[in-house]
Amino acid sequence: MAGILRYGTYVPYNRLDRSRLQGPGRGERSVASFDEDATSMAVEAGREALRGAKRCEIDILFASTSHAYAEKLNAAVVHAALDLPAATCGADLACSSRSGLAGLALASRMAGCRPVMACASDIVVGAPLGPRESTGGDAAATFLVGTGPDVGAAILATASRTTELLDVWRGPEQQFARQWEERFALGSLVPAAAGALRACLQAAGLSCRDLSKVAIDCTHSRIAVATAKAAGLTREQLADSLHDGIGRSGAAHAGLLLASLLDSAKPGDKLAAVCAADGAEAVIVEATERIGLARPAKSVADWLASKRSGLPYETYLRWRGVLPSEPPRRPEPPRPAAPPMRRSQRWKHAFVGSRCRSCGAANLPPQRICAGCGKIADMEDFPLSDAAAKVATYTVDHLAYSLQQPVVAAVVDFDPGGRFACELTDVDPRRVAIGQKLEMTFRRLYAADGVRNYFWKARPRR
Amino acid sequence: MASHGIRDRVAVVGMGCTSFGERWDKGAADLLVDAALEACESAAVERDRIDAYWLGTMASGRSGLLLSEHLKTGYRPVTRVENYCATGSESLRNAAYAVACGAYDLVMAVGVEKLKDSGYSGLAATGGAPADGTRCSMTAPATFSLLAPAYADKYGLDERTMRDVLTRIACKNHANGALNPKAQFRRAVPPERVEAAPKVAGMLGVFDCSGVSDGAAAAVLCRAEDAHRYTDRPLLLKALSFIAGPADGAKRQDYDYTSFPEVVASARDAYRQAGVRDPRREISLAEVHDCFTPTELVLMEDLGFSGRGRAWRDTLDGRFELDGEQPVNPDGGLKSFGHPIGASGLRMLYELWLQFRGEAGTRQVDAPKLGLTHNLGGAPGRCVSFVSVVGAN
Repeated sequence: MAGILRYGTYVPYNRLDRSRLQGPGRGERSVASFDEDATSMAVEAGREALRGAKRCEIDILFASTSHAYAEKLNAAVVHAALDLPAATCGADLACSSRSGLAGLALASRMAGCRPVMACASDIVVGAPLGPRESTGGDAAATFLVGTGPDVGAAILATASRTTELLDVWRGPEQQFARQWEERFALGSLVPAAAGALRACLQAAGLSCRDLSKVAIDCTHSRIAVATAKAAGLTREQLADSLHDGIGRSGAAHAGLLLASLLDSAKPGDKLAAVCAADGAEAVIVEATERIGLARPAKSVADWLASKRSGLPYETYLRWRGVLPSEPPRRPEPPRPAAPPMRRSQRWKHAFVGSRCRSCGAANLPPQRICAGCGKIADMEDFPLSDAAAKVATYTVDHLAYSLQQPVVAAVVDFDPGGRFACELTDVDPRRVAIGQKLEMTFRRLYAADGVRNYFWKARPRR
Repeated sequence: MASHGIRDRVAVVGMGCTSFGERWDKGAADLLVDAALEACESAAVERDRIDAYWLGTMASGRSGLLLSEHLKTGYRPVTRVENYCATGSESLRNAAYAVACGAYDLVMAVGVEKLKDSGYSGLAATGGAPADGTRCSMTAPATFSLLAPAYADKYGLDERTMRDVLTRIACKNHANGALNPKAQFRRAVPPERVEAAPKVAGMLGVFDCSGVSDGAAAAVLCRAEDAHRYTDRPLLLKALSFIAGPADGAKRQDYDYTSFPEVVASARDAYRQAGVRDPRREISLAEVHDCFTPTELVLMEDLGFSGRGRAWRDTLDGRFELDGEQPVNPDGGLKSFGHPIGASGLRMLYELWLQFRGEAGTRQVDAPKLGLTHNLGGAPGRCVSFVSVVGAN
């Protein structure tokens, strides 16, 4: 039986206080930084899932409603950043917030052949001052699905309902999604969601009382409550929606809720995740004795606690491209070129440098001739994306081109050896110090001519 | 490494230099023509006597045609050279070698840059080779700002003292520039104004940065034995040294951002060529690459004018002021004269040309024996460095 071998999540650092938005919202929503997109966040969640794991052939399904490229395989960027072998399948799932949990269900069916990574990542942008802006959130969740003795949570059953109805929609020409009145969704999605959950329970040979927790992901809490009631669940079984700390993170959210339940599940706990959108998707899993080994270092609760609150609303609007702003009086960065990107792919995407076999000196970016001893062509791979690092020296650059000025740049020394100068992100320019501990993070530096320029930055350890 | 030098074999016999600044009225071609014609006039030669040209420009032109087309030099060799901000000095160095080896009798080195047409703030290098998008795009002030905290930390200066040192350098170069009719900034500035300026990067404010400017400078060179055909007061080239470093400061953990090893290497080479044993005593005055105030501070140590960790004290003691023991940047330097990239190396030489001829007006230094120019290109940890030593005898 297929199950979850490992999983990982990611919640960006910034939070927008809902009290600053129109309406009665409480709590705060998570906000992807100006240098993040669905792909970069999927990479972060994927790194959490794979940290310490041996790289093997893994198929990737990448679900999002905010894919960075409308045409070009987004899963391929994730694949490259995770430094996975080439002989794998990659596919993007899109267009519905249901695609995230659908990806997990598909992965459980594909996993007999080799492990499948079901990634889901989303940046939810609502029209200014509307409910979607307030209730949405940005996050990513990833499940590595496979078979065998290492399964940390067995996938007992999946079930789906596909219903053609107009609830949330956005055409390619539209910047913001629209939504039909919520009472209509209540009437049409609740039967689908409750039906999918019942079918799922039946397939697993369980009754609803067997479930420790059920995460129901939908556009409004009333739909969740009504679905729980229709399926015969108690209020105690219904999992928290993470509305107050993150918001509904589109295609990533059902997975994020399931991951949050797995973070604290005990062996034998049976959990369900349901997504009610364009019909419904339901998945039931059972934690095994191996659940502790499947868990990432950072739980969803850890991500929730690691934050910077109080992002100014106009900053948020600028980051999302909703509010145009005066560009810096500096040349725009050039479009990165395809052949050099291809040549340096493992450096650019996976942050793999080189190390001299002869003298042990790290050479970043990879060099042919060792900077330490001058030996020619005697280099080995030196992956540093997970290496601990610290600030050797730094500066706050008020002149550099960036959507978010000032740019904090640092010379970064890696604990295993090697030095590299790069930008810092998720950082307070007033609180940088020599010796400060850093970790690497995959970011979109900028986009030029439609080309998303992905590379690595350093951030204070979260 | 063999570096034999061409001590006293080549002489500067004429120079020209435009006013530097926001020259909205002149393009790169106009500026280089102005400087070249002034240099010809200074050497009292028609331009058809010049056998070959070296043109230094970082980005205001691509080939020798920028010069030949506009100066109307007919069918003659014009070589364009480029080496970041040391471009002007590269033009001089290569022209000097051509004369020294006997290939030509009379040559001209020209440097020009037109920066202010870009519409950008600060120096903006554009149009590099297509790349993979992984280079950290720190601006020039950001890269040089790394020197200040590193220096302060290494030598135990508190932030107030470090600020005083940088302010002193800015004020000195502004005061010198005020005496220079060709400088971009011709006003002395009080320390309060330097410190209140908007921040650019790290500790650096606007007054810690060199002027972004347009300008050109040119020198006419011949073999030393022919110099008196053109002038009775030639300037002799005693040393020319150029070093491109391994560019590994941001790759090796042992580089600490308090020195330019490239400058140390080029100074050592130049002093050996010129027979200078004690630069602190023997160099009467120097034009150095003060692109940002902490650069000048560190250069004083790298050039051997101050001991390690002592330049800040020498600066505060006034050693490098116009009336100090070892005046540095008497013409205002990059800070005040301005920094049109390709022209700067030759502009430094122009000031020594005037000083050794006694034509430096109110900023004239008494009886100089040896002068030095230092020109840097790149950034701490990743740079090229040029040092020349010149003298009248």
